[in-house]
Amino acid sequence: MKNNNKKKIKIPKGSNILEGSRAVALTVANIEPDVVSAYPITPQTHIVEDLAKFKADGKASYEYVRAESEFAAASIVVGASATGVRTYSATSSQGLLLMTEVIFNMAGLRLPIVLTIANRGVSSPITIWNDHQDAMTVRDAGWLMFFAENHQEAVAQHLLAYKLAETLNIPAMVNIDGFILTHSYEPVIIPTKAQIKKYLPKYSPTKGSYLNPKEPMTMGSFARPAYYQEIRQSLQDDLSNSIDLIEKEYKKLQKTLGKDIATKDSSALIEYYGKKKAKTVIVAMGSVVGTIKEVVDENKEVAVLKLKVIRPFPYKQIIKNLKNAKKIIVIEKAISLGNVGPMASELKSALQGKTPAKIYSIIAGLGGRDITKKKINKIININSQDTNKAIFIS
Amino acid sequence: MTKNTKKQKPILGSGHRACAGCGQMIAAMAVASGMSRDIIIANATGCLEVTTTPYPETAWGVPWIHSLFENAAAVASGIRAALNTKGDKKTKVIAQGGDGGTFDIGFGLVSGMWERGENILYIAYDTEAYSNTGIQASGATPISASTTTTPAGSNSLGSSQVKKDMIAIALAHGLNYVAQSTAGYPSDITNKVKKAISHSGPAYIQILSPCIPGWKIKPDEGLSMGQLAVQTGLYPLLEYENGVLVNKSVLGKNKKPVKDYLEPQGRFAHLFKDKKGKEQIKEIQKLADKNIERYGL
Ligand SMILES: Cc1ncc(C[n+]2csc(CCOP(=O)(O)OP(=O)(O)O)c2C)c(N)n1
Repeated sequence: MKNNNKKKIKIPKGSNILEGSRAVALTVANIEPDVVSAYPITPQTHIVEDLAKFKADGKASYEYVRAESEFAAASIVVGASATGVRTYSATSSQGLLLMTEVIFNMAGLRLPIVLTIANRGVSSPITIWNDHQDAMTVRDAGWLMFFAENHQEAVAQHLLAYKLAETLNIPAMVNIDGFILTHSYEPVIIPTKAQIKKYLPKYSPTKGSYLNPKEPMTMGSFARPAYYQEIRQSLQDDLSNSIDLIEKEYKKLQKTLGKDIATKDSSALIEYYGKKKAKTVIVAMGSVVGTIKEVVDENKEVAVLKLKVIRPFPYKQIIKNLKNAKKIIVIEKAISLGNVGPMASELKSALQGKTPAKIYSIIAGLGGRDITKKKINKIININSQDTNKAIFIS
Repeated sequence: MTKNTKKQKPILGSGHRACAGCGQMIAAMAVASGMSRDIIIANATGCLEVTTTPYPETAWGVPWIHSLFENAAAVASGIRAALNTKGDKKTKVIAQGGDGGTFDIGFGLVSGMWERGENILYIAYDTEAYSNTGIQASGATPISASTTTTPAGSNSLGSSQVKKDMIAIALAHGLNYVAQSTAGYPSDITNKVKKAISHSGPAYIQILSPCIPGWKIKPDEGLSMGQLAVQTGLYPLLEYENGVLVNKSVLGKNKKPVKDYLEPQGRFAHLFKDKKGKEQIKEIQKLADKNIERYGL
């Protein structure tokens, strides 16, 4: 790719050029989970193969449980997490869909499980390449959901994910674009075990909150109508109210490990890039934001708002950054079939009554189709009256 | 999450909402009698789960988790793995579920757990149907049983499929301990649980658990049905250690005809109405005779 960017790319001290999957695997290994269980699916495989090899080479001490399906892998980490230890799993696409019943269950059980999703499109037609349909499909499940733009952000988000999950007893998912991030090489700094311990101490759940013969408790009860709704509401309250904690923890992460590791943005939730009060603001998430930033560098009328966390949904931060825009373009690699892109819907709801701007739902990059600068420039000039329609860019 | 406030509550005690005479509850009580308190139980969705844990109450005095219908086995694997990381070899892990959760929807996960060869005891409470959802047929439903999805009728003699042989499947996985029992013999159940727990490694116990509404029997008939299932040879008591049959229910001259077992059960009532049904009873007798020959009862 030709880089017209005149800014000099500074490679921070202590960084290595690593594959994205290796960066995630090394970070997870240094976080020291007790139980890892996973099932292979492209493009997640390199992560879980690396974790198996670290164990085989005596560099890691977690239990690595071979599962016969993603459904089993997810259920195995449920059992382990419920017994009070730190767990890890990773999957993609069909694997996440197969796990879905367990994904909802994990949140309902309030288990602090962390999962990496190497995002990939879903079948049919079957594809192995990247989009966000897998993660978007489980956004109602009650998880914290992070999206990384690059390797370093993925590393930082895994640390945050564990810290928040274990503080809130809410599972957390870090989304990294399949192939684009999982199979590409970038300079990245992997925090050491000792560094991580300063931010993320050893997991020690309170006594009586996990399965233990010394303090018997019943988990996963049958709730009748007199109780069910309050239990669900308490999950909603805890997840929605975690916005401030996420910001606080991000600041703490930056302070403890430094911004080269923790990333430099001022917020864990969003990043606004470009001229303040730009007329046109593109909203996007994940690796495509890198390309959009290049477009922004060349076109001062355009800015980009990157969503790093979509659950909890950062209403306040989004409204603040979009209320002055005249044109809002949501570029998504997912669609709620029969409607528009899921984030476009959510932005429309968030911005209701806050802006007269048109909000466009652009669907692009499904199943690994490249989103090029040329396409983004075309998208910027979109001028349709009908904003209730998903516009596919091919 | 429901905490047990009372100290030393029984492993499975009061507070359950099972039907009067429930065979599964008799079996579960007998299972609990065979356990020490150093256990963690993973339970599948089904009658036992629903009737014992109406939030915020619980009938369980030991750590107990229910995640989903089909994943008790994998949840148990995760518990075992977590205990391993804590260096805890003493705590036993028990997974349990109904026949639906074991023979059908959870089958792959049960097999996966057995492949891993972990020290987990799996207990299947075999009511021979999906009891909790209203007696639909499962892979454990015996031939000719009328269920809500294999109803008897002018064109149907009930279930047309034979029961899946889970005991053979368990043995094919090379388990250290495999046993079959019925709620008609609670002390046999208790002994088998004790023995299974004394083995380290994967173990499977399958218990025929008469379901009062499902089998259309009277609340006081659960025990006798469990006994007749054994005495006819349809559901023998079996015990395998390291793949070798070491104990079985020997019938000899006390063998009863299958008719004695089938007749009191409403789910087989259609067999006693006409000639076609009576022919079918002969086929069921053949299945019992085959068992008697196969196991040398
Ligand atoms: C994935 C899924 N499918 C279906 C159900 C509905 N369901 C709950 S319990 C049950 C039947 C349980 O039958 P079994 O395993 O035989 O146990 P029993 O109730 O007979 O003890 C069914 C079908 C469910 N909870 N989850």
